[in-house]
Amino acid sequence: METADNIQLQGIQLEAPLAPRRTQWQAFWLLFKQNRMAIIGLIIFVLFFITAFIGLLLTSGNDPVFNPALVRLQEKLRPPLAKPHLDSLQPNEVPELGIYLFGTDDLGRDVFFRMLQGAWVSLTVGFVAVGISVIIGIFLGGIAGYFGQHRIRLDHILLTAMMTTGAILLGVGISKPGAALLIVGHAYIFFLILRRLLTGKTMPFDGLRLLHINTFSVDTLIMRLVDIMLCFPSFFLILTVVALLPASIYNIMIVIGLTSWMGATRFVRAEFLSLREQDFVAAARALGVGNFRIIFRHMMPNAIAPVLVSATIGIATAMLTEAGLSFLGFGVPPPHATWGNILSSGKNFIFDAPWLTFIPGIAILIVVLAFNLFGEGLRDVLNPKLRERH
Amino acid sequence: MLSFIGRSVVQKIVTLFFVSIISFLIIHLAPGEPSQVDPLNPKFTPEMVERFRQEFHLDKPLYVQYLYFYRDLFTGRTVSWKDNRSVMVKIWERFLNSLPLFIVGTILTWTLSFPIGIRSAIFRGRVFDRSATFISYLLISIPGFFFAYVLIILVVTYFHVPVIGMETFGMGEASWPSMAMDRVWHLLLPSLLGATGGIAVLSRYVRSQMLEVEGQDFVRTARAKGLPPDDVHYKHALRNALLPFVTMFGLILPGLIGGSVIIESIFSWPGMGRMAYEAILARDYPVILTVNFVSAVLVLIGTFISDVLYLMVDPRIRM
Repeated sequence: METADNIQLQGIQLEAPLAPRRTQWQAFWLLFKQNRMAIIGLIIFVLFFITAFIGLLLTSGNDPVFNPALVRLQEKLRPPLAKPHLDSLQPNEVPELGIYLFGTDDLGRDVFFRMLQGAWVSLTVGFVAVGISVIIGIFLGGIAGYFGQHRIRLDHILLTAMMTTGAILLGVGISKPGAALLIVGHAYIFFLILRRLLTGKTMPFDGLRLLHINTFSVDTLIMRLVDIMLCFPSFFLILTVVALLPASIYNIMIVIGLTSWMGATRFVRAEFLSLREQDFVAAARALGVGNFRIIFRHMMPNAIAPVLVSATIGIATAMLTEAGLSFLGFGVPPPHATWGNILSSGKNFIFDAPWLTFIPGIAILIVVLAFNLFGEGLRDVLNPKLRERH
Repeated sequence: MLSFIGRSVVQKIVTLFFVSIISFLIIHLAPGEPSQVDPLNPKFTPEMVERFRQEFHLDKPLYVQYLYFYRDLFTGRTVSWKDNRSVMVKIWERFLNSLPLFIVGTILTWTLSFPIGIRSAIFRGRVFDRSATFISYLLISIPGFFFAYVLIILVVTYFHVPVIGMETFGMGEASWPSMAMDRVWHLLLPSLLGATGGIAVLSRYVRSQMLEVEGQDFVRTARAKGLPPDDVHYKHALRNALLPFVTMFGLILPGLIGGSVIIESIFSWPGMGRMAYEAILARDYPVILTVNFVSAVLVLIGTFISDVLYLMVDPRIRM
């Protein structure tokens, strides 16, 4: 049928270009299917997502179906798959599953329920932290790659410095000079806009021409910022900030996100630098398409592949960082379970109750491994250079 | 070459200046104050707090504190708030403790990952390559603290050697071979753990570099003219594949001060990472800031060395 169609088509209009028989997604899926490890990674990833979501539904709220915080001191350190001693338990303390699937910890809390509760924490930390870093990375990398050659005028730098100092001074509590700086800054902006509206000129009077000297480019500014951020030892920086801020899961997500955007910025910038010179972008510009539309509709879909790969692997790294922080005792305050703090409290019983160390440890290992394998599979499929070899 | 070095040095100094400002701001703008670390301690009267604040210039505005701090840092007079000892001396002591870990870890990383990477590239797609790939993913994904406990249990139950700390306590009378073996056992596990991530990443990188070179025309030519496979792999391909790794010598420098917070606390190893961790817990700002500053300096020196090495090794980018 298909071949007949082809012959017919060829017979009728030989010159006309044929659309590719497979869509981009089909081609992508065909290649991806060949990578067995990546497929396993994807399956584990989906299972983990479902588990975390179900875990969130079952263990949250005031009267959860599975209560991960229920203390049964008489049932402490029971091994996995142990049957509860029903005669020693109050009716409301009887485990819902009739069995301690992953055993109990030193307070007699059910480890299976605690693992369920902790799954959602790992998942959200990974996704939110990477989401933050990818958004910052795309934004800064896009600016550096697309508008990079524009040079910043001296008065803009002075203005920014003035406004920032003003805001910081206000925030610290020195209100008068801060407010003065802010007012002067706003007045200058107002003056610039007014002048442009009234006279249509952007060049200043001769006396102020000095202010309009072009200094370094936007690209230089952003890439130096990346260099500065790369100077900090990352885990140490995260640890410092998390330790100084009040303990909360949101702080961890934000801090991990804010300290890991440099890779994404570099990738997006590099892609944009090469895409900007290509014909389809020149064509879009010639058609009068706006900058934002060019960036987000035309260039971003072509630049997103390396970012996706690094984001997938970034999720794995963020999960490991969160587990490490929980292990050191920072992070989510204690009654709430995370995989890291189950492990860190379980390590005290490592010889009596090894399951308290091994279950969360192996769970973290499997999920992080799944993300890494999936990310590497994506990299192989999305990289045309490697594709030819397979 | 000279202009490149000059430009690079100026750029790095500017970067360092901003790093110093940002790290100072991060630490001082965070809520809470070091004078409030222990508010319930009855010995800590308001007068004491006031004296403490004056002593360490905490009552001054932020930019004055900044100037004071970096003046002290460059004249070597910074003292820890916790025990009033010189920060540089403290860091130096801990650095000497971390140094053996770093050296053994680096040697393990570089000696293990090259043979593994080269072999998996040569036997691409075979059992060795597949298992090496899988194991390196496993090593990247395993949480360091979990792996540490697994290894401790294995070593302690099968070899019956103590591994926690730098040496076994109270071995004063032992003969020197057993002392030396004791030190080696204590050193081996933490440095191996510190090296796992490095081995996994570096061997993958060696493999991909090697594969890239093996796919090039001159290797095919060498094979076509009948050279023995060993010559092709190790003389023609490997020498060209090694090029990027020369520059990586610069990049291992920051590892000198990083130390691993988690591994050093598990093995109660009194190294840099642990000192930094304790300083964070005690809000000992001078120590935190100095560690941060020194490690930023090392990162910058490391990238500088690797740039210069690249210039020297690869004639193609010499302008």
